[in-house]
Amino acid sequence: MKRATSRATSQEKSRTQSQEKTQAWSRFPALTEAGWLGAALLLALGLTVLVTLPSGASPFETIAVLLEGGLGSVTKLGRALAGWVPLTLCAVGLLVTFTARLWNIGVEGQVVMGAIFCTAALRPFDTGGVPEIILAMAAGILGGALWALLAGLLRVFGRVHEIFSGLGLNFVALGVTLWLIFGPWKRPGVASMSGTEPIDVSLWLPRLGPMSVSWAALALALAAIVGVGLLLRRSSWGLKLRAVGENPKAATLFALGPRRRLLQAFMLCGGLAGLAGAIQVLGVYHRLLPSISSSYGYTALLVGMMASFRLGPVPFICFFFAVLTVGSIQLPLQMGLDSSLSGVIQGIMVLSVFIVHGLRLWLRQRREAA
Amino acid sequence: MPKLRSLLFVMLSVVFMAALLVPGPASAKDFTIGLILVGPYNDKGYSQAQYEGGKYVEAHMPGARMIYLDKVNPADRPGLTVPQVVDDLVEKGADLIIAGSDDMKDGILEAARMHPDKTFVHISGDATWTGAAPANLGNLFSRMEYPQMMAGFTAAMATETGKIGYLGPLINEETRRLVAAAYLGAAHAWTTVRGRDVKDLSFNVKWIGFWFNIPGVTADPTQVAGSFFDTGHDVVISGIDTPEAVAVARQKSSQGAKVFALPYDYEKACEGQGAICLGVPYFNWGPGFLRLATQVRDGSYKPAFEWDAPYWAKINDHDKSPVGFMPGEGMTPEIQAKLDGFVAQMGSGQLDLFTGPLNYQDGSVFLKPGEKATDKQIWYMEQLLEGMTGQSSAR
Repeated sequence: MKRATSRATSQEKSRTQSQEKTQAWSRFPALTEAGWLGAALLLALGLTVLVTLPSGASPFETIAVLLEGGLGSVTKLGRALAGWVPLTLCAVGLLVTFTARLWNIGVEGQVVMGAIFCTAALRPFDTGGVPEIILAMAAGILGGALWALLAGLLRVFGRVHEIFSGLGLNFVALGVTLWLIFGPWKRPGVASMSGTEPIDVSLWLPRLGPMSVSWAALALALAAIVGVGLLLRRSSWGLKLRAVGENPKAATLFALGPRRRLLQAFMLCGGLAGLAGAIQVLGVYHRLLPSISSSYGYTALLVGMMASFRLGPVPFICFFFAVLTVGSIQLPLQMGLDSSLSGVIQGIMVLSVFIVHGLRLWLRQRREAA
Repeated sequence: MPKLRSLLFVMLSVVFMAALLVPGPASAKDFTIGLILVGPYNDKGYSQAQYEGGKYVEAHMPGARMIYLDKVNPADRPGLTVPQVVDDLVEKGADLIIAGSDDMKDGILEAARMHPDKTFVHISGDATWTGAAPANLGNLFSRMEYPQMMAGFTAAMATETGKIGYLGPLINEETRRLVAAAYLGAAHAWTTVRGRDVKDLSFNVKWIGFWFNIPGVTADPTQVAGSFFDTGHDVVISGIDTPEAVAVARQKSSQGAKVFALPYDYEKACEGQGAICLGVPYFNWGPGFLRLATQVRDGSYKPAFEWDAPYWAKINDHDKSPVGFMPGEGMTPEIQAKLDGFVAQMGSGQLDLFTGPLNYQDGSVFLKPGEKATDKQIWYMEQLLEGMTGQSSAR
């Protein structure tokens, strides 16, 4: 048990040592990181110029409008933060599963299931207060965790890869939402895209001043970041989980209980995703909608990949994405541009980070080979 | 001389300024319409029709300006709610805010209460009927039932097998009354014009479950349309936002089958689709939006439930009719002549297809003999009609 874990860490040590040998300037890792990030941003800017040129818009103005639209006022910042919370919850949860080398693509469905469970828990109450809200959140966590457990069981006992089961379960979760909204939970008289009957104001998450984000949601997201950070880096559970991810066979031999640990990782991620779904219901839309998850699960996978599955950059990338999403509505409003341009810019940024990251790996490999 | 010239200049400028100051009929007061569209502004369907309605107002009302935000739905714009969009539109100077879709119902009510000094209109909603609407919110919709009747009429004129398929989106009050209208048009053509027995007409509705295909969630419209044609239906009427029915009909036609399709929503949906396309029922929001904008600017708008009827004299008149039916290449002169007669009868009030005796699908009475349906009876139809097959409500 000790040997397996010490091997994992010694591997890392030797990796960093070789880095230090080959790169003199890597004694300032933060500076190196910043340099590479700068390179990625420059590349992104260059590509953005290329993309915006045909549309006749100034790329700098476009980017300025995007950022101003997401940060320009307190209410806009509030909207960006309201998007940041669920995205961060999902991305942080994915770090747990990725530590066990699991591609929990089912996170999207886990958000949806969290929202469904949360709505179900609220249905008996016409009005309510703090206890009901806490109950609904707990139900959301439970829903997400159970849905993730399903993917986990399929992986561990059914040998179904979690990407396939996850995708399948995402569709099922969406199907269940649609069925509930157009069937048993439809509003009196009419079933419509507008979702279920809105929940009472007394059940809404309390807002932070004039901002549309809830302080409770913000606090939960921050707690999730700190909690997952501590769990993965400071606890033996995290260390063992990493060992399971690095080498499941060895983990079995050393009695690390890989099956149990994988399932726990799934459930933890699912629970956080479910909480995100509950916050979507309680704090953003105040009802169950067909696309309640807002694709935060898939976006969070992108965030995780951009961050190379390290915790540090995750909150910042999430915030950047949230700002872009909120700012994008200013493109048609202010500049008469197609708002999908912001999606293109977002994609370019992601791509640039990957390109630069790949370039970095390639350079390192070449150096190591030499 | 220079003195005279400067005097002339001063006089001219005074006249010019006076012309600017005096509110004449041509003088423009700035007026901004804020449009909230559910889909892309260029979707060749429901949302584009509204966008073009806004453009029409810009072109026909001096000083009018449209600002819009498209794709306002939780899937395309995560976290964005209708009240937030309204805040942005008001910030940009919108005087009249038009929300385009049924699913904006709650959001637009909330926003209207937060901005009591602005005027709001919710398309396809019924809040002024139900009493949920604040004093500054009205409803507007076009009577799409009539173009749907024309679609059904055309389909029944063209069919040889007597089997018509209806590719439905999801089941709600709006889609129920539209598909019922299509059936009434078809049954009228089949019995009165073609002289056949209504029992020989088969009108099958299949709901895919949504406005467009979501793989794995909805039924695949391509497959549903294909199965209609494979089971002897030779005309498919589409009620969904995307053109699968037309594509499948083209494919079957290229294999030698004699089949037809009728798309939905977009005036030009039949263009370039060849002889399989019989015609398309569509929305034309220009005149309705222009009327709203003018009334709101003049202060004469009284929020109400408005359900605009077609301009019967010329149903495809862009300046007058809120809905239309654009014939496609498949429309023969014979069918067109019969259709014109049908439209004339409806326009003159001589023919009202929503007249009893009409039964619901389960045999219960919808309209007693001779009873004409009220607007509310049509709007809130509970089931499909007797004679149609397909689900009446979501289960």
